[in-house]
Amino acid sequence: MSSRAFVILLPFLVIAAFWVMARYEARTVHDPTHKSYWERNGMVLGIMFIVLVALWTLFLVTLPYLYMVVESFHPRLPPTKRFGPEDYLTLEQYKSLFVSPVDKEWNTTHLYAFFYTIVVSSAVTFLNLCICYPLAYFMAQAGTVQQVRLLMLGLIVPYWVNEILRAFSIRLLLAAKGLINQGLMGAGLTDAPIDFLGNNTGMWVGLSYANLLIMMFPLYNAIESLDKNQIEAARDLGAPWWKIHRDVVIPYAKPGIASGCTMVFMLAAGSLAAPLFLGGPNTLWFTAIVYDFFFQAFNWPRGSAYAFLLLAACITFVMVMLRLFKVKLGEAIR
Amino acid sequence: MSAGVDLDGVTVRFGNFTAVNNANLAIRGGEFFSFLGPSGCGKTTILRTVSGFLDPSAGKVKIGGQDMAGIGPNKRPTALIFQNLALFPLMTVSENIAYGLRVRGMDKATRRKKAEELLDLIALSGQGDKLVSELSGGQKQRVAIARALAVEPQVLLLDEPLSALDLKLRQHMRNELRSIQQRVGITFIYITHDQGEALTMSDRIAVMSDGVIEQVADGKTVYDEPETAFVASFVGENNPFPGKVSKASKDEAVVDTAFGKLKGRNPRGLKAGDKAILFVRPESFKLGKGGEGTTLESPVKNVAFEGNMTHVFLKGAAKKDITLTVGRHVGGKVPEQGEKATVHYADGLGLVLPEGKMARE
Repeated sequence: MSSRAFVILLPFLVIAAFWVMARYEARTVHDPTHKSYWERNGMVLGIMFIVLVALWTLFLVTLPYLYMVVESFHPRLPPTKRFGPEDYLTLEQYKSLFVSPVDKEWNTTHLYAFFYTIVVSSAVTFLNLCICYPLAYFMAQAGTVQQVRLLMLGLIVPYWVNEILRAFSIRLLLAAKGLINQGLMGAGLTDAPIDFLGNNTGMWVGLSYANLLIMMFPLYNAIESLDKNQIEAARDLGAPWWKIHRDVVIPYAKPGIASGCTMVFMLAAGSLAAPLFLGGPNTLWFTAIVYDFFFQAFNWPRGSAYAFLLLAACITFVMVMLRLFKVKLGEAIR
Repeated sequence: MSAGVDLDGVTVRFGNFTAVNNANLAIRGGEFFSFLGPSGCGKTTILRTVSGFLDPSAGKVKIGGQDMAGIGPNKRPTALIFQNLALFPLMTVSENIAYGLRVRGMDKATRRKKAEELLDLIALSGQGDKLVSELSGGQKQRVAIARALAVEPQVLLLDEPLSALDLKLRQHMRNELRSIQQRVGITFIYITHDQGEALTMSDRIAVMSDGVIEQVADGKTVYDEPETAFVASFVGENNPFPGKVSKASKDEAVVDTAFGKLKGRNPRGLKAGDKAILFVRPESFKLGKGGEGTTLESPVKNVAFEGNMTHVFLKGAAKKDITLTVGRHVGGKVPEQGEKATVHYADGLGLVLPEGKMARE
């Protein structure tokens, strides 16, 4: 069975799986009054629900990904040669990230971009945590209702503007003749304009800013549910403010911190606009390489292989970090 | 070591609202002192001012004679026990108890030893490695006390810590708290709206109402010799008979009430013509006509049998009934509903106080 035929057959397997789940659901519940799936919904509606859910997950979630997975294990071929003798399963697309298929040398450019992307994404995640934690703490525990409302508005309103527009406005601010450089030179702090875009300041600002809210809300939610008395109790027992945070607030907010960090890291590693518009000319962001393979080189197999390698690396990285900080996965995605 | 706490004209305002108005008080070292009052009377505000979470708008808080202005809660020789205890849920019992020592930089072995000593004190030896959530309500209570005692405070502040417990446990914890206080010998300042707690545990009680300290005295005095109408009506049951003083001497006064002329002691020295309220405790009433004392009559509205005693409710002048309690083996027939009852009280048990604000029912 060819790999592509497998992808086509899969929908029916999934529908069958849903069917079996619905059929046997009642047996796992040890409650005599519990009505089975079919008793609750009737035959017609029951079938419809299963088919609709199955198709939705399949066509919109599972199949596109699966198609990419299958694609990444095939060589790049013109449409006429597909399903022909040259169309075989291969790992060469994955290998190409490490060894360049052209000169058989180490593919340093892409490997560098790969690790650069992961390192910068983690750094951006940490930066966002440093920015958001005090803000979230203030909003959740210290601020008055009025202050919190204003802050919240100030945080949310910029996100009404779309991402590309926001990236360009940051570009305008940081450009050689932009507002910030004009201001710096006007104040006499610098003679020549600072190349904020070339030295990647723009990219850092853009990446952090784009994901600020993603960090903010899990943190705010976690800290907000902390009983104020706990903070006061620690203070009353003699703890200075930083020990209160170390021993009481941060351990309590850890699931929120973990979930915020996970999301920001994943989104930063997968972002395209900020590094593309705000990065320096020598900065190669891995997602941009993937984008080029898909839309410039029309090399879908290699592009999807790259994308999956990045995904796998990111998931591994997140898992390791969660383990390191002793957070259960269930807590982080709550 | 224990230190006294002095409040010198302490006033606390929140915007236009005055939570505590000019409180002057000297709490002696080693004393079990209670603030008693209905919710919203400012007693918690006083506690938070002493612990340092609030700054007085005017006046001074002194602990052990030292002015506490500008000294934060983490630097004061006080420890606070919160109403909801505020134990740290992510720490074990031992870690909770030793937290105050940890932030003071005490090493692990000493901390452990100290935590074990305290676990012995609160009769929870060997349970140090449990999580707080694994303990029962009364055990949590004791852990909170141990955590506060670990930092060796000179003053322990307790903010209604027993209010979440059920009745039996509450009564047990009262004895426990009292005995812990006597063992460690430090000053306890206890906040409560439960007069039973205040009366059974305290050396002295301050009764508060609307931010004002109405009376400071030991429990017996507060109960027998209330100084204001509020204290008389808030501490224990009391039957008020408002009216006008018709005759007064140094010791006695006669008040003209809806039930006729009633006699009582006159400690505040009221004069004829003053508006006054005469208070008679339910247990001071006796059935039948009294020879020496004052007698009054009213129809019985309701009778409630409560085992060791029976409450009889007579129709009062206003909405409020006149309550009397009849002990089990006093003799005499308890009147029934609808009958007209004749009751009397010894003159020494009536108390005439100037008219004033009463406790809400």
